[in-house]
Amino acid sequence: MENAVVIDELVVTRGRRPVLHGLSCAVPPGSVTGLLGPSGSGKTTLMRCVVGVQKIRSGSVTVLGRPAGSPSLRHTVGYVTQAPSIYADLTVRENARYFASLYGVGPREADRAIADVGLRQAGDQLVTTLSGGQRARASLACALISRPGLLVLDEPTVGQDPVLRNDLWQQFHALAEAGTTLLVSSHVMDEAGRCDRLILIRDGRIVADDTPAAVRAATGTDDLDEAFLRLVLARENQEKVSP
Amino acid sequence: MSARITLHTTARILRQLRHDPRTIGLLLVVPALLLTLMRYVFDSQPAIFDRVGVIMLGVFPFVAMFLVTSVAMLRERTTGTLERLLTTPAHKLDLLFGYALAFALAAAVQAAVAAGLAYALLDLTTAGSAWTVAGLAIANAVLGMAIGLLVSAFARSEFQAVQFMPAFVLPQLLLCGLIWPRDQMAGWLEKISNVMPMTYAVDALIEVSHHADATATMWRDVTVVVGCIVVALLLGAATLRRRTA
Repeated sequence: MENAVVIDELVVTRGRRPVLHGLSCAVPPGSVTGLLGPSGSGKTTLMRCVVGVQKIRSGSVTVLGRPAGSPSLRHTVGYVTQAPSIYADLTVRENARYFASLYGVGPREADRAIADVGLRQAGDQLVTTLSGGQRARASLACALISRPGLLVLDEPTVGQDPVLRNDLWQQFHALAEAGTTLLVSSHVMDEAGRCDRLILIRDGRIVADDTPAAVRAATGTDDLDEAFLRLVLARENQEKVSP
Repeated sequence: MSARITLHTTARILRQLRHDPRTIGLLLVVPALLLTLMRYVFDSQPAIFDRVGVIMLGVFPFVAMFLVTSVAMLRERTTGTLERLLTTPAHKLDLLFGYALAFALAAAVQAAVAAGLAYALLDLTTAGSAWTVAGLAIANAVLGMAIGLLVSAFARSEFQAVQFMPAFVLPQLLLCGLIWPRDQMAGWLEKISNVMPMTYAVDALIEVSHHADATATMWRDVTVVVGCIVVALLLGAATLRRRTA
């Protein structure tokens, strides 16, 4: 099957600082792909490229067969930023219903999305009064409403308690089984094991692009954090030998 | 763009306003209080209040909507909701017209309260009708909104956005003919005031206060104001970028 996202030789600079250095990778459809790497490695920039809000220097990003940011993709790509981007002076329900209206979807779908992220009880609460974790989930709910074909989630599980995190990951896999492609970023390696596929990046370069099992096998360790370290060290040694 | 998305955006902005009763109170009460204050400042000269009061009925909505819009738009930018909206089917113009409609409605209520008070209790007298004055007040509000929206693109923080009020609005207020007739200013000041939108907004109100029927000058003024609104909105749309560095 054709890949949901294809990134080819992507170069992005912000200001004078290069952020992504000719990066190429692909996201298979109907799966949960984890984008992992330390803070500042270029995860958010890469995600912004996929949703088409980032100016790129060269290379290409193809999403569901079209150039990223094409008008027709706006109905099918859902994006949740790292900082919850919803209206703090509206209730959760008012936020969800507004985003539903943008996609031409009814209030029932909005209420379903709120329930899906476990905020049914907080539906009438103003977003300002929510905890950080609840806000992140409210923001997520607004992206689930339109049942997008591709969901791009920037660190969606940060600050969530372990039980909720578990729920969210189960939901991500349920969505993937129903045909949605998910690209989920995280800087926590213990979440890597929950993904169908991993893209590990560091300093704007790909360190590994494989299944968690293959990454473990290639590095000879079960601990993905350790695997990441070994991959980085191996690459650095390689660079020392052949600069 | 779509009428449905525009109207839902208007409803969303009004809902945000409804959750902030203190701002609503300030928007309605402050102009009324200031008008009352002016009425009694010019207690011995009711003719001056007739001249200045009618201008203030247009200036209040301009200033209020300029401030409210520039801060609201800045929030859309800084909280990431703007970027998010631009990844949805919503068009830039849906957002701009959504704001224009929402704040025009808010301004209509504000103008109704202020004009009602001025005519009913403060004995404001104008040759033209109170309805025309209220209509011009709404046009001024939309003008303030459109300019506020545009300048918000150049503010990085709410502090800066608020400082744009004295920077962009006060000079216009000083030069528009409110405190001194324009033809008696230094010639170069008059020339500057000729290219400021508020000059025409205020001139239209002066026309209404002197003439029972709409004059050609008033229609020219209204045309200039509407033109400025359109230009400011188009420039504002150009500052809303889907793709940013």
